[in-house]
Amino acid sequence: MSDPEGASINNTSSGPVNRLLNSILLLWRDASIRPLIMQAVVVLLVVAMGAWVINNTMNNLETRGISTGFDFLSQEAGFGILQSLVEYDESHSYGRTFTVGILNTLLVSVLGIFFATVLGFLMGVARLSPNWLLARLSSVFIETFRNIPLLLQIFFWYFAVLAALPHPRQSYALGDALFLNLRGFFFPKPVMEQGLSAVFISCLVAVGLALFLRYKHRKQRVETGKGISGAPYLMAALIVGIPAITWWLSGATMTFDMPELKGFNFRGGLSIIPELGALLLALTIYTAAFIAEVVRAGIESVQKGQKEAAASLGLKPGKTLSLVVIPQAMKVIVPPLTNQYLNLAKNSSLATAIGYPDLVNVFAGTTLNQTGQAVEVIAMTMAVYLTISLSVSLLMNIYNKRVALIER
Amino acid sequence: MSEAELQQKATTADSAAKPTVSIERELTQAQANLIEINGLNKWYGQFHVLRDIDLNVRKGEKIVICGPSGSGKSTLIRCINCLEEHQQGSIVVDGTRLTNDLKNIETIRREVGMVFQQFNLFPHLTILENCTLAPIWVRKQSRKDAEKLAMEYLERVRIPDQALKYPGQLSGGQQQRVAIARSLCMNPEVMLFDEPTSALDPEMIKEVLDVMIELAQEGMTMICVTHEMGFARTVADRVIFMDEGQIIEQAPPEEFFNNPRSERTQKFLGQVLNH
Repeated sequence: MSDPEGASINNTSSGPVNRLLNSILLLWRDASIRPLIMQAVVVLLVVAMGAWVINNTMNNLETRGISTGFDFLSQEAGFGILQSLVEYDESHSYGRTFTVGILNTLLVSVLGIFFATVLGFLMGVARLSPNWLLARLSSVFIETFRNIPLLLQIFFWYFAVLAALPHPRQSYALGDALFLNLRGFFFPKPVMEQGLSAVFISCLVAVGLALFLRYKHRKQRVETGKGISGAPYLMAALIVGIPAITWWLSGATMTFDMPELKGFNFRGGLSIIPELGALLLALTIYTAAFIAEVVRAGIESVQKGQKEAAASLGLKPGKTLSLVVIPQAMKVIVPPLTNQYLNLAKNSSLATAIGYPDLVNVFAGTTLNQTGQAVEVIAMTMAVYLTISLSVSLLMNIYNKRVALIER
Repeated sequence: MSEAELQQKATTADSAAKPTVSIERELTQAQANLIEINGLNKWYGQFHVLRDIDLNVRKGEKIVICGPSGSGKSTLIRCINCLEEHQQGSIVVDGTRLTNDLKNIETIRREVGMVFQQFNLFPHLTILENCTLAPIWVRKQSRKDAEKLAMEYLERVRIPDQALKYPGQLSGGQQQRVAIARSLCMNPEVMLFDEPTSALDPEMIKEVLDVMIELAQEGMTMICVTHEMGFARTVADRVIFMDEGQIIEQAPPEEFFNNPRSERTQKFLGQVLNH
């Protein structure tokens, strides 16, 4: 003990009890031991609470005669789902409803994150634009959609906007191919015939080659000052030419499964159901408004002198923004941007309100009601959101490390 | 070496990167004014910052502008490369008139280098990338050429060994020397210095001034806003004293420091020099 003065405090009466108390007091006062004691206490409390919750749940389940376990996942679900990215009908299992729910949640989240990022960045930059009209318009956009509850916005798009669309018989139509009505947006579905897959693959190859050319062009542009001459035309030629030639060579005939009015609704083709449309619109616009503010804050965090230095070197405003301002703003933007992505993924569970078949609606809703396996279903649903959120965080953290400034 | 020779030597570095200029034009430019400012007026709202400024700068001339703070010195040189807009009067740089024409503004900014009080290096880029950014994206040079040029200038400001570090890893004096090199990489016709040593610790001021003196000796046209009177004495062809947005007095340093004519100049010099 390195505290002789403290040790003497309680030394006036030297019974064994006093000596014990004294050494405990000394432990408590030790700068390296006290934190350890505190942490041990916290761990004990948490474990005790967890044990109590689990014990309590098990007892309750037992007294009510509810069987636990995941056997229900292989039982037949017996209910239909409005939209599914994988094959699904009433005869599939509850386990399948879980997959369908996850995929639908991921679909709306990924699309939402993509569109919200694009729209948010545009709006954020526009709000700082010297163009008065543009800046005002984006201000109005941001302040409107940021300050109205998301659930209300979902209702707005679903019940006020999309519900005002005409019945299938009076659809807005573009030719005989595209139809927009109360039941959704319908468009032709390309049918894969024998030679067509070759055309499809050649499309991918063409785009790949074009992107490679663009990369080479930019690299050569930086390395030597001159890009590959006529690169944009060459890229266009590649993208149009290769698939066209393959098509001509293979002699494949392109057929589409066209949407057709049969009875009260369209059959065939592909469709975006209005539930997805409304949810996607609401999530995108709501989150974009927040992302716009995040982007604005990031850009404003870059010192004015940076823009002046870039301008005095002759860089144009666009190049100044992309080469000097945005790279520096990113380190301020990324952490709150991550929050917005997480919010969007979690907010997608509001889908239930308009009946979009996301995970919460399909699994934590219908499946839970039918099976009664509340603990398992809720735990699985929570685990999915946790996994999605932690994955997004992880990716964003990796990106954040890359954009961090080196100070010393 | 005569003055004309010195100037030609300085411009040979330029002609490597630019289309060859005929000797005739170079000679006429040597006598002509590189910068012509006539009847310049500027207001910040109601506040009249610059009042009827007339100033001509010949090619190769070194000018030091001094004066109390708030006298409009910085604003004046920031008008030359259009970091500040002026409301009245005309500015012509190397034959290009500064108007609302964005093309003209770009042309002028390419020819006018600027060094700031706060260095304003790009913290997310290495020292070398700081120097090559504008040559690559504005002058459309190849990266190889730009890097070669950058290393030459970094050697001239005596920090080639720091090329791969980031600005945050350098001292203030080193950062300011990089800022000078970064400007020089664009081969400017004229360099503007906006209080380049005011944000530096005393022991770092000298290393920056040494670089500036060398630059002056090589024949660069320079306009410096500074309180370094020693620098003004050594380098300046002309010292300008500004107060309340006006040019009060301008004279060669000898005359300016020994026989200042106006009372305000005398008072200012009394405050600055009596230390």
